[in-house]
Amino acid sequence: MADAALQHHAAAGHGAAGDYEAPLLGAYSKKVGMWLFLASDSLTFGALLFAFSYNRIYTVPWPTPFHVASITNATIMTACLLSSSLTMVLGVFAAQRGDRAWTRNWLLATMAFGIAFIVLHGMEWSKLISEGLTLPGFPGAVEAGHGELADISKNVPQFPQAFFGLTAMHMLHVTIGVIYLGVVALRKWFLPILGVIYVAGYFLIPSDNIFHYGIHVLLIGLIVASVILFLKPKDYDAHDVEVTGLYWHFVDLVWMFIFPLVYLMSTKV
Amino acid sequence: MHDAATDEFTSHDSKGQYFWVWGALLLLTAVEVWLGYRQIFEPLHMLQVLLVLSIIKSALIIGYFMHLKFEKALMRWLLVIAVSGCFVIMYFFFFPDADRILRLGVK
Repeated sequence: MADAALQHHAAAGHGAAGDYEAPLLGAYSKKVGMWLFLASDSLTFGALLFAFSYNRIYTVPWPTPFHVASITNATIMTACLLSSSLTMVLGVFAAQRGDRAWTRNWLLATMAFGIAFIVLHGMEWSKLISEGLTLPGFPGAVEAGHGELADISKNVPQFPQAFFGLTAMHMLHVTIGVIYLGVVALRKWFLPILGVIYVAGYFLIPSDNIFHYGIHVLLIGLIVASVILFLKPKDYDAHDVEVTGLYWHFVDLVWMFIFPLVYLMSTKV
Repeated sequence: MHDAATDEFTSHDSKGQYFWVWGALLLLTAVEVWLGYRQIFEPLHMLQVLLVLSIIKSALIIGYFMHLKFEKALMRWLLVIAVSGCFVIMYFFFFPDADRILRLGVK
């Protein structure tokens, strides 16, 4: 809206020095801000991916713990994220034509794919941890476990470090993305939903499971979302939906590198 | 919700192209999984092939889904050159050392 007003003002006052200056990058400021954030965040993931690849090259032999079930699971997760990007684009289209109902529906569909990704990833983590792929800091880490994955944890500790570090960082971003989408789609209605999910997760997930601690991310998200929604309540417009979409597509983009580098390069068929 | 800026945004778009991009991304993912299962390349070559496919997929996501293809040229090139430059610098920090460790056999 502000952009349109500025453009109209510029057209009316053509030639008036200092009246209006077109944006240097041709985009509204919050979009430029999001792009700058994503550029900096891509360096975070870039460093983690380089670190993983570094370990992959200098560790001989590199463990290959991912069997057919893990690869199938990761492929479904990839399809979920790619499909979520499509629903996100459709949400942006709906927002641009002013269709509030379909904007909300597409954003909820995007959230559903994101939640499916998190659940599948959580199941994969839990399976790997229960089979012995752990870090010393994990609750209930088995010090003297047996089996292929327990041996990897003992003999090649850089594998679980790199794997959990990289995938946890990505899972955190997906979780933040789902909360971000929920805030834009449902506004204050999203807060009690998030609160119920947090409380249910805290009490239902056993205390020796890593996700019993990880669920606190939702509490932090709930506090931040509450502060934003109560201190600066607003009706999110098409620009906000588009900026949210940029973040979500970035999360998808990062997984396009994690999936082949982490899973497909460590496949045991 | 509807203004001049969004009119400009939608003028080069059709929903169909996004379904094509989505299909292409799924197809490329299937190719990656097939390569992973077949293991027809040795690891370093496999890493290169998978990275090329990932770069193609990321270009599709950035160009179409994130709409960078339709942004102003200055913004497009500023972002691409800055981020790519940082990755090139990271590459020259990390990989010669990893290769040296590999050749020396340091554990």
